[in-house]
Amino acid sequence: MPKVKLPRSSPSIDMTPMVDLAFLLVTFFMLTTKFRPEEAVSVTIPFSVSQTKLPDNVTTVSIDSAGRVFYDMDGKDTRIELIQKISDNFSAQLGGKLSGDDIMRFAVMGAFGVPYSQLKQYIESNEEQRKAMNTQSKGIPIDSLPHDELADWVQYGYNLALSDWYDKKDKNAQVTPPRFAIKADGNAKYEVVKKVIDICQKAGIQHFDLITSMKMKKN
Amino acid sequence: MAEVNTGGDGGHGRHQKRRAKKLPTRIDMTPMVDLGFLLLTFFMLTTTFSKPKVIELTPPVKTNDSTKIKDTLALTVILSGNNKVYYYNGELKQDPDSNNINLTDLSDNGIRKVILQRNGYVLQQLAPLDQQRQTQHLSDSAYEKAKQKIQASKYALFVIIKTDSVAKYVNVVAMLDEMNICNVDKYALIDASKPEILMITDYDNKHNIK
Repeated sequence: MPKVKLPRSSPSIDMTPMVDLAFLLVTFFMLTTKFRPEEAVSVTIPFSVSQTKLPDNVTTVSIDSAGRVFYDMDGKDTRIELIQKISDNFSAQLGGKLSGDDIMRFAVMGAFGVPYSQLKQYIESNEEQRKAMNTQSKGIPIDSLPHDELADWVQYGYNLALSDWYDKKDKNAQVTPPRFAIKADGNAKYEVVKKVIDICQKAGIQHFDLITSMKMKKN
Repeated sequence: MAEVNTGGDGGHGRHQKRRAKKLPTRIDMTPMVDLGFLLLTFFMLTTTFSKPKVIELTPPVKTNDSTKIKDTLALTVILSGNNKVYYYNGELKQDPDSNNINLTDLSDNGIRKVILQRNGYVLQQLAPLDQQRQTQHLSDSAYEKAKQKIQASKYALFVIIKTDSVAKYVNVVAMLDEMNICNVDKYALIDASKPEILMITDYDNKHNIK
């Protein structure tokens, strides 16, 4: 008579599927994560019940409670083109043209809020120095006297973003048209926000996205 | 912890004695998997999927043509400092003794009540649609389409949001939000005129408001 064999199960479990899944998740999170550069300016955004999400490919003008204006733009390539244009056209105000190294540093920089005269110094500074400059700076000038610098940034930036979109949209349907977002502190005076909107309207921007955070439901 | 090749473990004992010692084909993957999970935890905790929400705003392009709005359908809201909200119906009566300016705030019982009262037509038309949607007889896209049509109708309320020089941005956003809540699609955002500013200062003086 054949012996009845009790199936001996191995004490170790096959973990291959779990590990596979774990690495799949790691890969997913690694690829989808975009590290956010530290905010140059702290802004407490107002609440709203809006459900519309902030689109991609966006230029952001931040306005803090003191009314200082900061500029930021998505897209490394467009940033390089933008700073080259600014460097070519306003080299006198910048104190000389920017070097290739400066341009590359600008391309990966976050929001900034310094006038032309300090831009070179700001780009060449390290994180700590930039932080100090951000707290001291008065933001990008928005008055037409002596020179409305925000208008330059907005005008050149928007044109470049638009032409970039035209180039790309035929090849890739997922590329969205450039959008313009305003991230203002709730305590900022509306006058300043209005001035920024006016400047942008002159540059041909018609739609604005006012960045807000979700309102918690009151119970 | 994570042995990849299990099975085939037992039963080789006798053969191994005769043959030269084989190096095990199994690699200990425990450290790698540990590191994998560490990274997984890190990325899961640092990733935020939620993007900030936005209110879309399309300010009017400056033109000289002034569209006349029917008095009964116009509501002018003036946002001022200290979270004060003034409003008047129709046209501003510039008589210092009997003007039609009222003061309210941005709470649920403030300006929202006023707008909802005035926006009766749209709300009345929307009520059956809301019901239909709740009972699943109406798709979301059809609902949005019908809603837009109602909101753009010529009987819908037109809200003119005005700001003076001390208005705070947070109040403007709150007001735009109210437009959303109260189903008002026809609104404009402009500066307060001189007579209006005179009238609200007058109102403040009369009622001892700071």
